[in-house]
Amino acid sequence: MLERATPRVSQDDGKTGTRPVEFRGAGFVPGTSRYSGWIALLMVIGIWQLAGSAGLVNPLFLPTPSAIGRALSQLALSGALWHHLGYSVMRIGTGWLLGTAAGVAVGFAIGLSTLARGLGITFISALFPIPKIALLPLLILWLGIGEEPKIATIALGVFFSTAISVYSGVDAVPRNLISMAQSFNVPFATIVRRVIWPGALPSILAGFRITASIALLLVVSAEMIGADYGIGAFVLQAGNLMQTDQLLAGVLILSVFGLAVGKLIGLLEARLLHWR
Amino acid sequence: MDLIADHVSHRFGTLAVLDDVSFIVGAGEVVAIVGPSGCGKSTLLSILGGLLRPAAGAAELRGAPPADSFNPLTFVFQDFALLPWGTVEANVEFPLLHTALSADERRALVDDALRRTGLSDFRATYPKQLSGGMRQRVGIARALAVRPAILLMDEPLSALDSQTRELLMEDFIRLLADGTMGAIYVTHNLEEAVRLADRIVVLSRRPGRIREVVNIPMTRSERGGIEARGKLVALQTELWALIRNEAIDAEREVQDA
Repeated sequence: MLERATPRVSQDDGKTGTRPVEFRGAGFVPGTSRYSGWIALLMVIGIWQLAGSAGLVNPLFLPTPSAIGRALSQLALSGALWHHLGYSVMRIGTGWLLGTAAGVAVGFAIGLSTLARGLGITFISALFPIPKIALLPLLILWLGIGEEPKIATIALGVFFSTAISVYSGVDAVPRNLISMAQSFNVPFATIVRRVIWPGALPSILAGFRITASIALLLVVSAEMIGADYGIGAFVLQAGNLMQTDQLLAGVLILSVFGLAVGKLIGLLEARLLHWR
Repeated sequence: MDLIADHVSHRFGTLAVLDDVSFIVGAGEVVAIVGPSGCGKSTLLSILGGLLRPAAGAAELRGAPPADSFNPLTFVFQDFALLPWGTVEANVEFPLLHTALSADERRALVDDALRRTGLSDFRATYPKQLSGGMRQRVGIARALAVRPAILLMDEPLSALDSQTRELLMEDFIRLLADGTMGAIYVTHNLEEAVRLADRIVVLSRRPGRIREVVNIPMTRSERGGIEARGKLVALQTELWALIRNEAIDAEREVQDA
């Protein structure tokens, strides 16, 4: 039989001479605000526009946002924007796909095979730190002056980061899940497809964010060095002619392109990693 | 089907963890393995389940496995080992995917396993949405789906709170009641061992050797009664007396390491 007790002896008991326990748990939990970033951005653009309109800033060095908008609109209407953008997207897309495909294959080989790991990590460690744009002149010598060296530069830049993120992701798959699958006699290929691939996917998709930035950086650099068309070439030409409104319009396009790619990867993560 | 540990020894590098361990788990028998921390209990289970090659000796099977078994030796893991990207249903179906079963046959096995573990209403739930006890139920359902002959349970309750442990222990007793399925139950918890096992293998501290094999002199159904409690507590006390000094030494060894 349970002997039941009351929590307090009486209603008044313990209330005399008390003080509240001091709260010490505040802070270290930064909140997020949906609109504050946009409001701050609009304020900066507004101040920039006002400073330019009031003649406080020389438009040759920093044109107003409205001037940049006009330049962008003219570029779009004339078709030049789409022409340059088309070249850049083709180079980024092809280079990124080639580099990613090779990086995923090599990354999985390194993650799963002792032989590939022994060979692959040495090569990757030696070649990864090289700024890939430095290889463009060599690639032009090897592949000619067409699109191939620019695409190859992007593919190389993407390849190393992808390979590293893939084998890191494979390494990070909890060993207990692999042991579990082995304990049920699940075949190797099924373990790769149903355990290692989904387990490594968060790292692979995080790698995609990095390689998208690398591809954007390399396409602009490659186009500045050896191209007549493309956003990088356009920005360089505008700078040479001191058309800073067009130059910043080109930079704005690059920024929007980067944001769009980031958003796309975010959507991919939301779809593929919904279980997290 | 019997599972035999035949003079099993093992070492990790220079560290000897098991030394000449031999015993037999008969069909439908539940054997608990207890011993001080680091005595090689989990290593022994991995060897018996074919996940680790012993340095010496062998794990052997005698007799044919049940005709309807897809995986005669099936693990239930301490950390559940659930695929976080799969629903409860997908996790339970996972070990059946590579079999020759049709989708309907797989579905029937999964339904049966979910029903037996009380998970039928949670089939579309992801592991992260479940409590620890429910996750382990998924691990048990997954094991049941392949119709095992012997369950290899590596401290399956140690990651759970005491109330959930009690509930799952009742589930284990119910699932093992008909004697069609045997089990090796590795545990630190002597109360779990005396409640569940037909026989308890006591290992010495590292390198683990068989120190004692203790029979539990009553059926599992008899152990639920009040009058049996006293006998079980006495058994538990005797087992603790066997292990206590070595457990203290093992703990000091870990702290010194």
